[in-house]
Amino acid sequence: MSPIISRGFRGRRRDDGQADRVPPGQYTTDDFPVLSAGPTPHVALDEWDFTIVGEVDELRRWSWDEFRELPSEEVTVDIHCVTKWSKLDTLWEGVPIETLLEGVETAAEYAVAFCDGGYTTNLPLADIVDGKAWVAFAYDGEPLDPEHGGPARLLVPHLYFWKSAKWVRGLQLTSTDEPGFWESNGYHLYGDPWREQRYWGD
Amino acid sequence: MAGTAVLGRLTWQVAEVVDVVTETPRVKTIALDVPDWPGHLPGQHVDIRLTAEDGYQAQRSYSIASAPDSSALELTVEYIADGEVSPYLTEELRPGDRFELRGPVGGYFVWEPSRGGPLLLVAGGSGVVPLMAMLRHRVSSRAEVPTTLLLSSRGWDDVIYRDELEELSMDGIRVVHTLTRSQPDGWTGYSRRVDGDMLRELGPTPGERPHAYVCGPTPFVEAVATSLVELGHEPVCIRTERFGPTGG
Repeated sequence: MSPIISRGFRGRRRDDGQADRVPPGQYTTDDFPVLSAGPTPHVALDEWDFTIVGEVDELRRWSWDEFRELPSEEVTVDIHCVTKWSKLDTLWEGVPIETLLEGVETAAEYAVAFCDGGYTTNLPLADIVDGKAWVAFAYDGEPLDPEHGGPARLLVPHLYFWKSAKWVRGLQLTSTDEPGFWESNGYHLYGDPWREQRYWGD
Repeated sequence: MAGTAVLGRLTWQVAEVVDVVTETPRVKTIALDVPDWPGHLPGQHVDIRLTAEDGYQAQRSYSIASAPDSSALELTVEYIADGEVSPYLTEELRPGDRFELRGPVGGYFVWEPSRGGPLLLVAGGSGVVPLMAMLRHRVSSRAEVPTTLLLSSRGWDDVIYRDELEELSMDGIRVVHTLTRSQPDGWTGYSRRVDGDMLRELGPTPGERPHAYVCGPTPFVEAVATSLVELGHEPVCIRTERFGPTGG
């Protein structure tokens, strides 16, 4: 089907040479919109922990203080939300996932991130190691706001941003790909923005 | 058009504009004919794709305003001054125009009569749109669910669906307005932002375990959802949908 021309629509094109950084169907914003399915949870830092559970030789657990003592890195990445906005050059600080998985013995090929508030999202393990994903605790040099996922959220910038689970509390390693919250509600199991994998069947 | 939402592959379809209705000075409802529309649940949204003559495309998501059993698929769109798509939809579009659309999208911020109630709907501005689909469906399906809509608008002329809401309130739905910036002479209703006191006064109580749906700009949704949790409502009973001018 040739595209339907929308009479009188001109649109607004990017003219800053950055167009190749914006995946199909996305537009850029300078704001930082918020999306979540329920109220923002608030957890006290002395009650916070991060655990790695599931198909592992033994459970791993970090308190907030222990987590913050892990080596972290600053990264500048582009993020892409399935609701169509993209935000370029966002600055985060976080602990690389491979640091958290160091020494973990597992045959699992997938992970389900679980969060305060009950949110979950599924990811292939290969997509969250090798410098591709972090547990981020700072945005733009400041502690992460609760509405943006603070105290800590997953950061997986190469996938649609619902995969970057807010209020993350741990990873469950699994041998099969278990759909998470949005993945059970019509959204794509993998979510590659460059292949526009927004919904089931994309 | 009635039917169950199909959760299969979402393909792009051609939608033809059959009517454009002015709701407020900034808000219009676009009624669409989508021949192969699979049906939807109240609260779901669609993606639309506009194509310029040179092939440039833009996509956006908009909430569905119409009930599943409505004869046309209706989207209600607010004009955003610096938006790329909403000025086109609200100022340029006219009957006979066509664009691409796919959906319905979203399986969580939805209400069906089988979910029961009581139902507590809280909206800021155009956040009323997906909640209106729920209200319309509640009426057309004759669901006997105690229902409250609390709608925050800037002024009386900014109230989206004002006349229809008036009719709904005769139909057993409790419709409560708060006007945050300007109030007509003699206004006796609320004239402040939604807060915990207002939500407590209105009820239902947490003990009644209402299903709460909150939709509006992010600061509005954050404030309302937080207030509901502080009042003792279970977080799992509170579903939220947020949008801001960036959606334009």
